[in-house]
Amino acid sequence: MSATDHAHDDHGHHEQQNFFLKYFWSTDHKIIAQQYMWTGVFMALIGGFLAYAFRMQLAFPGKFIPGFGYMSSLEYNAAVTNHGTIMIFWFAMPVLIAAFGNLLIPLMVGCDDMVFPRINRLSYQVFLISAVILVSSFFVKGGGFNGAWTAYPPLSANSDYNMAPAGSSLWLIAVALEFVAFLLGGINFIVTAMSSRAPGMRMWDVPIVVWMIVVASILFMLSVGPLFAGAVMLLFDQNFGTYFFNPERGGDPILWQHLFWFFGHPEVYVVLLPAMGMSGEIIATFSRKKLFAYKTLLYTVFATGIISFFVWAHHQFIAGIDPRMANVFTVTTLIISVPIAEMCFLYIATLYGGSIRLKVPMLWGLAFVAEFLLGGVTGIFLGASGADIYFHDTYFVVAHFHYTFVPIAIIGFFMGFTYWFPKMYGKMLNETLGKIHFWITILGFNMIFIPLFFTGMWGDHRRIYNYSHFPDLVKNGIMQDLRIMATVGLLIMLSAQVIFLMNLIKTALSKQENCGPNPWKSNTLEWTAPSPPGHGNFAVMPTVYRGPYEYSLPDRESDFWPQSEPPDADKQA
Amino acid sequence: MIESFVPQASSFAAEIDNLILLVTVITMAWFVAAQAIFFGFIFKFREKPGQRAMHIDGYKPEHKRWITYPHNAVLVFDVIVLVFAVKAWNHVKIDQPTPNTTVQVIGQRWAWTFVHAGNDNAVGTPDDIKTADELHVKVGDIVRFEGTSRDTLHSFSVPAFRLKQDIIPGRVNSGWFQPTVAGTYTIQCTEICGIGHGVMAARIVVDTAESYATWMAANAPSGT
Repeated sequence: MSATDHAHDDHGHHEQQNFFLKYFWSTDHKIIAQQYMWTGVFMALIGGFLAYAFRMQLAFPGKFIPGFGYMSSLEYNAAVTNHGTIMIFWFAMPVLIAAFGNLLIPLMVGCDDMVFPRINRLSYQVFLISAVILVSSFFVKGGGFNGAWTAYPPLSANSDYNMAPAGSSLWLIAVALEFVAFLLGGINFIVTAMSSRAPGMRMWDVPIVVWMIVVASILFMLSVGPLFAGAVMLLFDQNFGTYFFNPERGGDPILWQHLFWFFGHPEVYVVLLPAMGMSGEIIATFSRKKLFAYKTLLYTVFATGIISFFVWAHHQFIAGIDPRMANVFTVTTLIISVPIAEMCFLYIATLYGGSIRLKVPMLWGLAFVAEFLLGGVTGIFLGASGADIYFHDTYFVVAHFHYTFVPIAIIGFFMGFTYWFPKMYGKMLNETLGKIHFWITILGFNMIFIPLFFTGMWGDHRRIYNYSHFPDLVKNGIMQDLRIMATVGLLIMLSAQVIFLMNLIKTALSKQENCGPNPWKSNTLEWTAPSPPGHGNFAVMPTVYRGPYEYSLPDRESDFWPQSEPPDADKQA
Repeated sequence: MIESFVPQASSFAAEIDNLILLVTVITMAWFVAAQAIFFGFIFKFREKPGQRAMHIDGYKPEHKRWITYPHNAVLVFDVIVLVFAVKAWNHVKIDQPTPNTTVQVIGQRWAWTFVHAGNDNAVGTPDDIKTADELHVKVGDIVRFEGTSRDTLHSFSVPAFRLKQDIIPGRVNSGWFQPTVAGTYTIQCTEICGIGHGVMAARIVVDTAESYATWMAANAPSGT
């Protein structure tokens, strides 16, 4: 029996799979992408609820919080800890890397599935277990872990201090398992993008988002090892009486900080790059322009990836590291602003001379750049070591990194989701509802975090459940007004998601015809597959003839030129 | 910016505020310029009937220079920020001017203990004055602090001095400050330290020479 026959057999077998096998035991990268995506969105709802609870406490300290109750100081600490943990490890990571990586890499490089489909399935299963463990940690005796998402020992290592013996161990186990899941997923992304490209697709023809996900996966693989070891050491400190981080017995709490941030800073770029890549795809498609200086963009991605390994200690300027070392990390931190700024310049340059269509995915794609710019420039305040003495652990830091992570995770999710929704489900989302949802979400987001720059600048330090204990921080009426404004912004942003849900329901119930393979008239390979692509993705496996961004060529009638369209076919047309 | 809400009460507060002002001017100029060009392009190059997008690959020198120029400019501004940031950092964290007095700062859940050197300007001697949650210093004195913790991490932060230093068990993290304006200021703990982190506050009282002498006399341990 030939290989082709085999493929056909598998195909027939797949059609007969029952519901459980198809949606819960699948090795199909598109199903796994959706498992990751919807699990991530579900976790984001939990993370959003925690944000709602602690922002209500901050705006109206000590008052009853509808849907939560009264919030104690320990519950507050647990809420901020798990909000951060969930949003980074169980929302940004699964959605940006795992969901879009799974969905896009095989479709964009033109192959039928991931290279290791069963490892891919295992990756999601481990991830799901980690999510269940994390959520279950909220309900054990002592409550969830409350030592901040950075889990600095001795607070995290000693349950006499954190008062959550079970919660803190479950939290660590969940995080460690989550790392395992993404290592399994990451190896697949790298191998698939490197070895399963369609015939004719050279390295320079790989869509930029695929490159960025690959670089992100490499960063993750290279940085997570030390923290994984650290997590095991911390687990031993918690439960088996070791003293890796306990200074009374020769350990060192600063060691954890190095292990954590050696991972933690590259992690920022691990989640940034996929969002940046999606934004590039969307900006090119909807401005009908070739991406400006593709190769330069790619070099900035590599540069960012490499430099990101040499900046971690800027999180520890005032932690008691040798102050001379801070100067080294100030230099590297300021240097990393160059490639990141250059990415933004290249995207802005791509808009020049375009024919810009402000469809909903484009609004999200542009909003990503606009909002991320503020997150980027405010990072200079913190990288500049002298200024960081004042800003460290204030709300200025909170506002800064939310101006990077919200564009990355939330705007990133919506831009990817709205852009590839037709590919995933064969239907078009409603544009009007999409635009209303976009504008209210953006309004709410800015209303949360602009005020927090100012409260931070005027002295609000982090992880404080009730500022009325600090006369300095309440005597000026503006401070509490700003905190209330941020909470109102959050309520606006959260309630806007009802419009998103309405849009989903409306679209699901609508009887619109299939949108066809290429509703946005885009060039990359996924748009030559049917919407949604069947098992094996492509009716005819594509061959690639050119780069991914050949839009608006002057000598062609059509303003796009798909990567897989043979040159001859065009001449005849 | 900051001084309108948080007074400048130490010798290096103004330097840090000026650094922050410099960074603000530079970054906001870039931010506004980038956003103006960004939104300008979106408006100018919006879809119009019958008009096609240009085909620019971005590699021709006349195109690429629009990236190279800002790229170089970012580098230049990075160096400017770097020079002033390192200057401020070295002044506050590396230079250790000869102190007039020394104080031990001991963090524990969730209070601060301060051991003042007393008249002999050395801690660990019988004339030390030990207080909880209230640190007394004399205006104009260069004060050396030696921070340590009895349990978790803490951070000794005096916003009015623009001073912050994490306090770690098993280590002595030292530093200095020179209060310039008499008054009472807040000491925050800015490193999460458990259930009481949100109430871990103390005061620093910057006394005039007379009131400091009075306080010293009133609090001196008996027998010294």
